Amino acid sequence: MTEIIQKVKNLSIGFKSKKGEEILILRNISTNIKKGETVGIVGESGSGKSTLALAMMGYVKHGLYTIGGECEFNSSNLLKMKNRDLEKIRGRKIAMIPQNAGQALTPNLKIGYQIDEALQLHSDLKEEEREQKISELLNKVRLPSPETIALRYPHELSGGQQQRVAVAMALAGTPDLLLLDEPTTGLDVTTQAHVLELLNFIAKDTGTSMVYVSHDLGAIAQVSDRIIVMYSGEIVLEGPSRDILKKPIHPYTYGLLKSIPKLSLAGLPQSMPGSQPQPGTMHRGCSFFDRCDFSDEKCKSNSPQLEYLEELNTSVRCFNHKSLINDSKVNQTVNKIKTSLKDKEILNISEVSISYAKQNLLDQVLNRISDDNPTVKDININIKKGETIALVGESGSGKSTILKSIAGLLRTKGGVIKFDQKRNLSSDLKERDPNDLRIIQLIFQNPDESLNPNHTVEEIIAQPLKLYFGLKGEELKKNIKELLQKVRLGEFYMSRYPRQLSGGEKQRVAVARAFAAKPDIILCDEVTSALDVSVQAAVLNLLQQLKEDFGTTYIFVSHDLAVVRAISDRVAVLYQGRLCEVGPSKDVYQFPSHPYTEVLLGAVLEPDPDIKPKLVAEDIVEEKPPQKGCSFQGRCSRILGDICKNEIPPWQITNSGNSIRCHIPLKELQKDQIN
Amino acid sequence: MLFLIIKRILLGLITLFIVSLITFVGTEILPGDACTTYLERQAFGEQLEACYRRLGLNVPAYERYISWAVNAIQGDFGYSLSGEMPIKEVLGPRIKNSLVLASAAIFIGIPIALILGIVTALWRDKLPDVAISTVTIFAMTIPEFISATLLILIIAIWLEWLPGIVIVPTDVSFFELLPNIILPVIAIAMIMTAHMARMVRSSVIQVMASEYVQMAILKGVPYWKMVFKHVLPNALLPAINVVALTIAWLLGGVVVTEVVFNYPGLGRLVIESISNRDLPTVQALAIILASIYVSINLLADLMTLMLNPRLKTLQIRK
Repeated sequence: MTEIIQKVKNLSIGFKSKKGEEILILRNISTNIKKGETVGIVGESGSGKSTLALAMMGYVKHGLYTIGGECEFNSSNLLKMKNRDLEKIRGRKIAMIPQNAGQALTPNLKIGYQIDEALQLHSDLKEEEREQKISELLNKVRLPSPETIALRYPHELSGGQQQRVAVAMALAGTPDLLLLDEPTTGLDVTTQAHVLELLNFIAKDTGTSMVYVSHDLGAIAQVSDRIIVMYSGEIVLEGPSRDILKKPIHPYTYGLLKSIPKLSLAGLPQSMPGSQPQPGTMHRGCSFFDRCDFSDEKCKSNSPQLEYLEELNTSVRCFNHKSLINDSKVNQTVNKIKTSLKDKEILNISEVSISYAKQNLLDQVLNRISDDNPTVKDININIKKGETIALVGESGSGKSTILKSIAGLLRTKGGVIKFDQKRNLSSDLKERDPNDLRIIQLIFQNPDESLNPNHTVEEIIAQPLKLYFGLKGEELKKNIKELLQKVRLGEFYMSRYPRQLSGGEKQRVAVARAFAAKPDIILCDEVTSALDVSVQAAVLNLLQQLKEDFGTTYIFVSHDLAVVRAISDRVAVLYQGRLCEVGPSKDVYQFPSHPYTEVLLGAVLEPDPDIKPKLVAEDIVEEKPPQKGCSFQGRCSRILGDICKNEIPPWQITNSGNSIRCHIPLKELQKDQIN
Repeated sequence: MLFLIIKRILLGLITLFIVSLITFVGTEILPGDACTTYLERQAFGEQLEACYRRLGLNVPAYERYISWAVNAIQGDFGYSLSGEMPIKEVLGPRIKNSLVLASAAIFIGIPIALILGIVTALWRDKLPDVAISTVTIFAMTIPEFISATLLILIIAIWLEWLPGIVIVPTDVSFFELLPNIILPVIAIAMIMTAHMARMVRSSVIQVMASEYVQMAILKGVPYWKMVFKHVLPNALLPAINVVALTIAWLLGGVVVTEVVFNYPGLGRLVIESISNRDLPTVQALAIILASIYVSINLLADLMTLMLNPRLKTLQIRK
């Protein structure tokens, strides 16, 4: 039997509510981390997974306290240890890689100093040796020119580089156990795949045990040997990673896996009803009872215990897990999307370019924009009525910028945006008349910020109804109720404030507000990115249903290719503000494709240990689009030479109507991509 | 960087120009002028004409503004009405006195404020915090005319340790002035320190809750090293601007304290010259106080810029 390095025993952590009740965040958690293994802890926000990881370092956040149990490391309980002793373990024996390296690196200290600090604390190296070691560490995490990176401040690095620095810092103390708290969330897809690959390499290279905390089953699938699934502060399922992902025997895990959109499957994923109970609102019975499809009377009043199944080497907290053992349709049952496409084009975007460059005084006076290398350039897209078109690309690809210009929030430098083939939409919001504004509505990424916290749901939805249709009194109330019903929220939500709603409910209100204007086009800017997976599926299904009911056209911006695959009819791939590929989604997701699309597709993480990401290109961050030639020349692994550097590539059209902008002939493109 | 400094200085000068215009136009609009005030009931006929000629009030307003501005730039603000002495000479000792008062308050108040703010933040919700916070909130809320009066009553009248009001001439040497300023300094420093301590407290608490401080703890950085290396540099950066505003306030805004202690500073001069309708002095004071605000704020902004690596690169990139 392998050595156990961290033993969590009956751990409960909670806080005191204002009424003095004890509210539990973690409920009676027990698990062991073995030497050299990577354990993935997965759960939605509020499941207590980060609290558990921090407890494994003997750290409990301000306001929380340990109610019972222990975290044993080297046969001493970290949670009872004095700070002075903990300082010798933290960073040296157990190290943490934080979620958001950009905020976890101290802004006023140079990178080199922050790594040096860890070395000073946890090694006996002399100054020169430490300098050597800093370079080694930065090299190990594959940062270019370590000597210059060490002299920079955290904000001078890109997100991926910051995350690598955090990894280097954690490795400085040569720890036995690495805790990773959502280390790739918030990074671009390609960067995320690269960082995961690095972590895998480090785990093998150093033999360090890892605890990988994430909400993303795709990332967990790539790194972990064993998976722990958490739900409202409890472990509901624990076992070997392959079994859990392929044959989940807990209804929650089963539902979670089904709600994840997958690249390999077209159509919308199935959503799980409801949301995770808030801490302190749990009653008797199973905490998953409300959302469970397999529940019965017994589950309502009795809470199941974690039961160890010898033959599967798995622990599960469910009375009815047997009914799931043989039922493994995780990769099936998706709702096919129906689109009633009309031939009529509703929005024509032609030759649009947008510039963020600061304008000099003369141009400001003449009210014109001059910039020979604008952020977004040559955008030509014709959108049909009733279509869902998705704009995809990494951060900085200009997808949100284009959306803002369509909405009139950002002036274009040139080009025409035409509605219904006859009406030119001015790029200046002030020049648009109320009807122009009504026909295009926006739904934002973060409903916390897009809903006014001082308005009730009723006031929020009433605003467009009053503004565009002049509704009053009973009529207004009736309309609000209907809209709430459409987004599956009850009437009683009318008097609530946004803070009283869950993330998914807030986004539903934002959707209702957009539909209140009876728009022709709805712009969705990363609308599901801030939501939990199970909630994301529900919102996607809702959007699809509303579209079928109202015949609305969606322009959908997302960095998540699987989500895009699930909801869109057509996809436009953008790099550095230039179009790379436009086509029906089923074709874009097949070869031949633009080298950049290939990079993006290769980097997608599927919740399946057998599908590994393919890393085609380096994850370099380019600050500005190149002056001439192909926009992707800086990162393309298949660059032909001078032609790519000097000439803008031509559009090539495949048999299925997919347009690819590349110098490489289609046949050549396809040949390499199939292999 | 240099471009930015020049730009900020230019903006400051424009601000001063606007302030001077407003004060000039303001005093122009008021009924009556320097001569009618000075001559009171004899303000007619030959005498008034003579006064106008003597003070140069017989030329158009814009000409007077220009000649006043040109002189003011050279430090010559003309003559005050009441004493008929050059305003420069009136202002000189007052500025000196205000500076003495302000620097004494700063040297005592700021270190205490920093220490109290940091202590309360680090021992948040524990006994030191509760005790100090109660006192600081108390000190913040008592108006200075009450605290000043109480100080005079207790220390000057009952205990007879220090003089209660300042009755020395305005131009005495520093050491003669010193015992006189102790009470006013205490009265001012109380409010100032309390405000700043609260500000520092919330700033430190905010930084302590940040992810990078949590990271430093999880890295095994010992507590005090973490406080000095990771917390304070980031928490005290916003304090620079508050300190700047406090200094400007100390120089011109502590009117009440100066009046209670009969202290000959700039604040009291403002009140005196307004009630005497000494318009030239009011104009001069407005310009001087505005320049103090503008230059101290400029300094503070530049300091923040130098100390915050994030802003520094941003500016250079632009």
